[in-house]
Amino acid sequence: MTPIHLGNNSDATSTSSKSSSNHTQDRNQWPHGFLPKEQFPAFIDLLNQSFDEVIGPRVDQGAIVYDAIRSASELPHGWTDVQSPGVYRLERKSSIDDSRTDHSCEEEYFGYNVGPHSWKKYLFPPLTTLMKSKKTTDGWQMEMTAEPIKRRVLLGVRACELAAIAIQDKVFLTSGTVDPIYQTRRNHLLIIAVNCTQAASTCFCTSMNSGPECRSGFDLAMTELSDGFLVEVGSDAGQTIFESLKLRTVTTDEIDRGRTRRARAVEQITKRMNTDGIRDRLLSQLENPHWNDIASRCLSCANCTMVCPTCFCSSVDEVHALTDDEIVRQRRWDSCFNVDISHLSGGPVRDTIRSRYRQWLTHKLATWIDQFDTSGCVGCGRCITWCPVGIDLTKEVATLCEESS
Amino acid sequence: MTIAPSLSPVPQQGSWQSHPAEIVSILEEIETVSTYRMRFRDPELARSYRFKAGQFNMLYVPGCGEVAISHSGPPDSDTGDFLHTIRVVGRVTEAIRALEVGETLGVRGPFGNPWPLETYRGRGFDVFLVAGGLGLAPLRPVVYQLLKERDHYGRIGLLIGARSPSMLLYSEEIRAWESSGIEIQRTVDRADQDWHGSVGTVPLLIDRLRGVRLDRTAMFVCGPEVMMHYSAQSAIRLGLDPSAIWVSMERNMQCGFGHCGHCQWGSLFLCKDGPVVRWDSAFSKMRVRDL
Repeated sequence: MTPIHLGNNSDATSTSSKSSSNHTQDRNQWPHGFLPKEQFPAFIDLLNQSFDEVIGPRVDQGAIVYDAIRSASELPHGWTDVQSPGVYRLERKSSIDDSRTDHSCEEEYFGYNVGPHSWKKYLFPPLTTLMKSKKTTDGWQMEMTAEPIKRRVLLGVRACELAAIAIQDKVFLTSGTVDPIYQTRRNHLLIIAVNCTQAASTCFCTSMNSGPECRSGFDLAMTELSDGFLVEVGSDAGQTIFESLKLRTVTTDEIDRGRTRRARAVEQITKRMNTDGIRDRLLSQLENPHWNDIASRCLSCANCTMVCPTCFCSSVDEVHALTDDEIVRQRRWDSCFNVDISHLSGGPVRDTIRSRYRQWLTHKLATWIDQFDTSGCVGCGRCITWCPVGIDLTKEVATLCEESS
Repeated sequence: MTIAPSLSPVPQQGSWQSHPAEIVSILEEIETVSTYRMRFRDPELARSYRFKAGQFNMLYVPGCGEVAISHSGPPDSDTGDFLHTIRVVGRVTEAIRALEVGETLGVRGPFGNPWPLETYRGRGFDVFLVAGGLGLAPLRPVVYQLLKERDHYGRIGLLIGARSPSMLLYSEEIRAWESSGIEIQRTVDRADQDWHGSVGTVPLLIDRLRGVRLDRTAMFVCGPEVMMHYSAQSAIRLGLDPSAIWVSMERNMQCGFGHCGHCQWGSLFLCKDGPVVRWDSAFSKMRVRDL
């Protein structure tokens, strides 16, 4: 296969209206095709030839993380994860005895849930340089730094993660001021979503109306079957790639098998959060004594905010060269759990864990709605799994709000 | 490729860009407080820069960091100069104090919601400004504008509180305002032997106001949070509607445009939804401890 050229994407805004309208079209207008498993490695090679970087899942340090993928052999084939509050464990899929389905022992490329990473780190980098200052005889000179443009493929984006990207789009692009770093990275992405065919015990996307099926916001979406992938087009760019793959059309049987697998994910989701009127219910509980109970368990470690695909707080550090006449400003992820984030000359505003946890939870589920007209939570369950003491926000919300009724 | 949604019309970009500005002059006001006159080095920027009363800049000392400081000078300066009255309270303000006339620092801005003068202008409103301590600095641009557009407003009052007579900011200039027809009242927490005025907190001055036209009065309050809280309470006891009272909130501000998350106060990003907030919105949040 020859590399795909998607045209000049440097002026993305010129095509934005066209492309965004695509997402609102009836999905059935876009073509569907079948990519046999034997052809999948060549597909990954093609993506690598056509883009600067293909980011996808791989096993690293005992977890499935997102990193550069150069060949299909680097994908977590046959691996899955088992998650519960405070627990994440990788297992070979074949070792799991699950009598619920016929397919559970199959070796899949995408047979896992979500890991500690989110795609956030490719759009809103954990550490990035903003500006450089240089001291001259005529005072300080200051200039913004621009990073080289990279055309990236995000491979294996889940429905909850598409929802998270849509939320960060609101934060960094359409809330009044555009973050140029986010915008540039965002406009040079090819998003290949992969539908979930299973769920972890920590998943609750059905409560947040963000999954498990990918409905919009992707260029291509795939559903993994035992012998291949159902491929669905979601944009013009996706269409270009789809055409170059020369896939055969899907059979009714394949469509049914895909539907069955996607339904399996829905069935496996057991965690629920009642989101009816959650904004008002939570904001009426700001003085609930249960915050103290949570604070007695919470370590204020900030893990939940680091793994959250929508958390966006950041701070800026001054980085000196060896001499003091060249200074770089670096933005890094920060967290509302860090006491310094609310620092004022008189001391921090939120100097208790109670107030910091309350800020996080009420922001995520309540005030976020005021700010961005959407919840800040997509139900991915990362904050539950990666909390070292296993705090489960769905349970805390239930306790906080139940005491009011 | 999935194309990111774009904002229309042209969105503000590159807001982290700080621009070198020169310190033109420094005026020591009171102990640890000085007013800096600044001007952008870039002549085009100096010419085009505009701000509104109540807005702030992020002042940047490379290698040390940024600090949010309100404008304290006239909003419509023809010279391109702008003023910041700064108290030394921490690392960055300490570094600013070490700067001399002719030296440069970085400036980004202006940011934030201004005082809502446009809401009241030309409608025969009386305006009372209530300042506690350094809270007079963000209100000084309002005084300049009120004086410039004197005919568009009714009665103008300025109630000032300070810890002691020597901590009264802009005292000479205030005498000039007094003779220009602004009603001025001062109070101090602790008097000295030369003080013949009121002793006590600012809300007491509000309690003593007479002849306030309740449906035709706006009040702008700036100072420590507890002072603003009690001042607003006094104004409401007097009969003012909460929607006619405005306060200027202080929180840790880093980006200035609602992206970094530091300044959140309930659903507000105070850097862009504030710092000026209407009392009916501020009240419920101020009652919650550590919000």
